[in-house]
Amino acid sequence: MKGKVKHAMAADDNDATRPRPTEIEIRDLHKSFGATEVLRGIDLQVAPGEVVCVIGPSGSGKSTLLRCVNLLEEPSRGRIVVSGTDVTDPDVDIDAARRRIGMVFQQFNLFPHLTVSGNLVLPQRRVLGRDRRTADRVARENLRRVALDDKADAYPAQLSGGQQQRVAIARALAMDPRVMLFDEPTSALDPELVGDVLAVMRSLAADGMTMVVVTHEMSFAREVADRVVFMDEGRVVEQGPAAQVIGSPRHERTRDFLTRVLDPAASKL
Amino acid sequence: MTSRLSRRQWRRVSRVVQYALFFVVLGLLVTTADWTRLGNQFAQKDLVARLFPDIITTALVNTVVYTASGFLFGLVLGLVIALMRLSSVAPYRWAAGVYIEIFRGLPALLIFIFVGVAVPLAFPGTEIPGGTYGKVALGLGLVAAAYMAETFRAGIQAVPKGQMEAARSLGFSHTRATVSVIIPQALRIVVPPLTNELVLLFKDSSLVLFLGVTLQERELTKFGRDLASQTANSTPILVAGLCYLLVTVPLGFVVRRLEARAARAR
Ligand SMILES: Nc1ncnc2c1ncn2[C@@H]1O[C@H](COP(=O)(O)OP(=O)(O)O)[C@@H](O)[C@H]1O
Ligand SMILES: [Mg+2]
Repeated sequence: MKGKVKHAMAADDNDATRPRPTEIEIRDLHKSFGATEVLRGIDLQVAPGEVVCVIGPSGSGKSTLLRCVNLLEEPSRGRIVVSGTDVTDPDVDIDAARRRIGMVFQQFNLFPHLTVSGNLVLPQRRVLGRDRRTADRVARENLRRVALDDKADAYPAQLSGGQQQRVAIARALAMDPRVMLFDEPTSALDPELVGDVLAVMRSLAADGMTMVVVTHEMSFAREVADRVVFMDEGRVVEQGPAAQVIGSPRHERTRDFLTRVLDPAASKL
Repeated sequence: MTSRLSRRQWRRVSRVVQYALFFVVLGLLVTTADWTRLGNQFAQKDLVARLFPDIITTALVNTVVYTASGFLFGLVLGLVIALMRLSSVAPYRWAAGVYIEIFRGLPALLIFIFVGVAVPLAFPGTEIPGGTYGKVALGLGLVAAAYMAETFRAGIQAVPKGQMEAARSLGFSHTRATVSVIIPQALRIVVPPLTNELVLLFKDSSLVLFLGVTLQERELTKFGRDLASQTANSTPILVAGLCYLLVTVPLGFVVRRLEARAARAR
């Protein structure tokens, strides 16, 4: 499936076996904070199982875009449909919609008053109404998935940043999301801890999870992304296969950005 | 020339002088005080015996009841005012702000007198429910609420914004997230200052002295003062004081333990 990306035109596709052409569909999304327009008309479609990496300079609106998808920010205009639910519909049950959208933050945001296992169990019980045994079992399975089953009884403060981020991923996965959003998941980590988190994300992608990843890790984008989206000043400037957008960008602004991001890395190689 | 003292020697000399000063002052106080008269005034054994059991079963119990009712009333009102203070509706924020400024800016005694006089005037024919107990709960609670509201607000705001966002992104409703994620974290932060507020209220319950109360409604201070004037001796005051310390010292100890634990957890 990798590389064979279904774009917006997938609706015209003859592939009748695919019941839902897009997992995430964003149309003409605008977002303003007061007088400043942060998103200026974003159109973006993500197919089921697709991994989309969003890159772009700081302040270009990448976080705001992700936060609009699960309505942590309310869009000023436009339409967002996630897994068949129009989350911009004023009548939508947003809590129900969010259950299907996992979000991983730069700062992990684990609940510090609960153990690792408590972090995974509480949302399952309070939000999904799972019984204690089921929630415990699902928690264990997902901790194993991020290779932290031995830390179930630790408190977040006792873990390294990389471990905390993997717990945060497991916590989101325990809710059985259809879509995972990552907002710079490795930006707050010491360089030696980045690899473990990326490994977990790589295996998630291999399992067919639909993922939107805001990241500055170009090697990850190149290797894992089905598609790379370059954003600047609240607009999608250019998008396409990773090799093309990162390897031979068409737009001046993309080239400028990539030189700035890749240069320090290139000098290290 | 004689050799100058080194810094270390200076520190030692200064230490010796401080010790000496302390014991000289203490010695002066002890030797010049009239211990016989003090003993007669403050520690008459037969009088002490006459205070019991009433000073415990009536006065201390009433002090505890006044404090507890004022604390509970203040706790509920304080939480409401704190939530108003954090509301997105501006008039609620203003009203809460005005309340906090007024009740922190006035002497508690003035509010006590006000409650006793103004409420019957403002609502003729109505009585504050619970008689003296209701009046005291209202007087103490109104003041305590202002301080507790600020404590609650600070506690809730000390929980990072990311906690609410993480909970919402997992599908928690705002209320559920507040109850299961925010309040448990805020509570740990506010327990030490709230316990401190309890100590302050315990002492402020002595303001009941200025309300007309029946014999059965007297708390420690009024009880002590009444018996002191009846017997023309101050022993009841001393015993009442010891009763306060019996509660406030252990509570103060608990507060410091809680504060130390909170500091470690950070
Ligand atoms: N809650 C907010 N209020 C006001 N301005 C905001 C808010 N959130 C983000 N912004 C502004 O929106 C712009 C885009 O921010 P963001 O989406 O975080 O960019 P990125 O994630 O690409 O760095 C920035 O200029 C930022 O200052
Ligand atoms: Mg960002």
